[in-house]
Amino acid sequence: MTPRQQWIAFLTIVIKEVRRFVRIWPQTLLPPAITMTLYFVIFGNLVGSRIGDMGGFDYMQYIVPGLIMMSVIQNSYGNVVSSFFSTKFQHSIEEMLVSPMPSHVILTGYIVGGMARGIMVGVIVSILSLFFTHLTMQHVWITVATVIMTSALFSLGGFINAIFANNFDDVSIIPNFVLTPLTYLGGVFYSLDLLSDFWRTLTLVNPIVYMVNAFRYGILGVSDVNVYASLGAIFAFTTVFYLLALWLLQRGTGIRG
Amino acid sequence: MSALTIRNLKKTYANGTEALKGIDLTVERGDFFALLGPNGAGKSTTIGVISSLVNKTSGEVRILDYDLDSERALAKQKIGVVPQEFNFSQFEKVFDIVVTQAGFYGIPAPLARQRAEKYLRKLGLWDKRKSQARMLSGGMKRRLMIARALVHEPDLLILDEPTAGVDIELRRSMWDFLIGLNEEGRTIILTTHYLEEAESLCRRIAIIDHGRIVENTDMKSLLEKLQVETFILDLARPVNRAPELSGFTVKLRDAATLEVEVPKTENLNRLFVELAEQDFQVMSMRNKANRLEELFVRLVEQNLPGQQSNAEVAS
Repeated sequence: MTPRQQWIAFLTIVIKEVRRFVRIWPQTLLPPAITMTLYFVIFGNLVGSRIGDMGGFDYMQYIVPGLIMMSVIQNSYGNVVSSFFSTKFQHSIEEMLVSPMPSHVILTGYIVGGMARGIMVGVIVSILSLFFTHLTMQHVWITVATVIMTSALFSLGGFINAIFANNFDDVSIIPNFVLTPLTYLGGVFYSLDLLSDFWRTLTLVNPIVYMVNAFRYGILGVSDVNVYASLGAIFAFTTVFYLLALWLLQRGTGIRG
Repeated sequence: MSALTIRNLKKTYANGTEALKGIDLTVERGDFFALLGPNGAGKSTTIGVISSLVNKTSGEVRILDYDLDSERALAKQKIGVVPQEFNFSQFEKVFDIVVTQAGFYGIPAPLARQRAEKYLRKLGLWDKRKSQARMLSGGMKRRLMIARALVHEPDLLILDEPTAGVDIELRRSMWDFLIGLNEEGRTIILTTHYLEEAESLCRRIAIIDHGRIVENTDMKSLLEKLQVETFILDLARPVNRAPELSGFTVKLRDAATLEVEVPKTENLNRLFVELAEQDFQVMSMRNKANRLEELFVRLVEQNLPGQQSNAEVAS
């Protein structure tokens, strides 16, 4: 395929993916908006008003970046894992496999589709948060880089999960039993300074800590960890996951007989 | 240049099943080719390998002279596949499915929409273009897969049981459509369980069984190999015994129906003369099975494991 043909094929997948999650917006865009609004009301307003300051900000301001990042992570991952697994389940993946599209075009198309949903939900949640608190962006490029790389990384995670998934249980295990606990324990609701040395050290093993803190640094200008090391780690993980996903796709793992 | 060349193709699945044991096959450009075989013979695996849905174990596949390993993208541009099972997103609209498939081949959107309209109209689906695929009938879904396979205008079209579950009227119209495509110069390979379909449409035929090609020839030569044809004769009056006819094997199926095996060396006139002499009046006559079906069954039976067969050598 010529580069132009590859570009058309790539756009076809992205448009197909965006059309899919927009078509089923009550399942994809509405739930995170409602859930995050409840977080803002309960943790931010009701509970948060009794907690006081955290990291030099009122509690509501402190948790907003983490909640935005949580939405981005869950929706990027969820979009790709459900969409790609559905194509396997319905065998419509064969439409792509019989075509001359190279594997990197298929992979990149799905990843950008997942990023589109993650970022769209992130924007919706950001807009909703403005009804509850005041936010400014301290470091625009760090904010943008963090959200782009994080959404790409978790889209890749969803893609790899879908490749290995054989049934719908396999699609929900990682989000429910790995992603959600890691996100909740990833410094979304608290500063690592509140933890004892042991728990703080243990928490630093959690990769989501670095994404939440990098994003919080972009928005509020505060972080519990080194921001540039965080960005480097996210970039490295994204690269490794991309190469792994590409290798699995080229091998035909889970999709070719 | 051949449309398809397969050399010593082997496929062993992870569970140890040896689906293809070294297939050699050549399909010439412009041919209308039938690939037949009983269930589990290796037809779908062969098509899976050609269409890149199954990884081969070894062997060579060339499509329009492009090697499927080293020139994969070029080879894939030349081939369109209509699978046996419905394999599109049931929730997408008919028009979108075809246009999206064109996009996967790098066809710009305006041309993709134009081609989608052309093939949806040809296949009688234009009125359904805004319907979700799941709302279509079985026959419409099958036609949708044909439209989708044609949108990049491939030189070689492979159809895996295209008329399975399709009513007779629609089957005939699909035959006409496929004949039209072939007349335009497209090479067509089809697998089917309807041997009448293969006999009516195809000029050449390969029979695959237990992962090997047991026959590969033109339809006329193959049918000439049929040594005995079985006819069913409906009688005017019920009888209580079968007639005794020299040179023919006769069975009484029921009081008013005879089953007669006619060797190729005998002529039917003598059969009717002898029946008339014994006061058997024949009202109508038909083949017990399609001629190809009869031959197919014999070939496959010859190839059963444990039986020595000289049909294993592809001609």
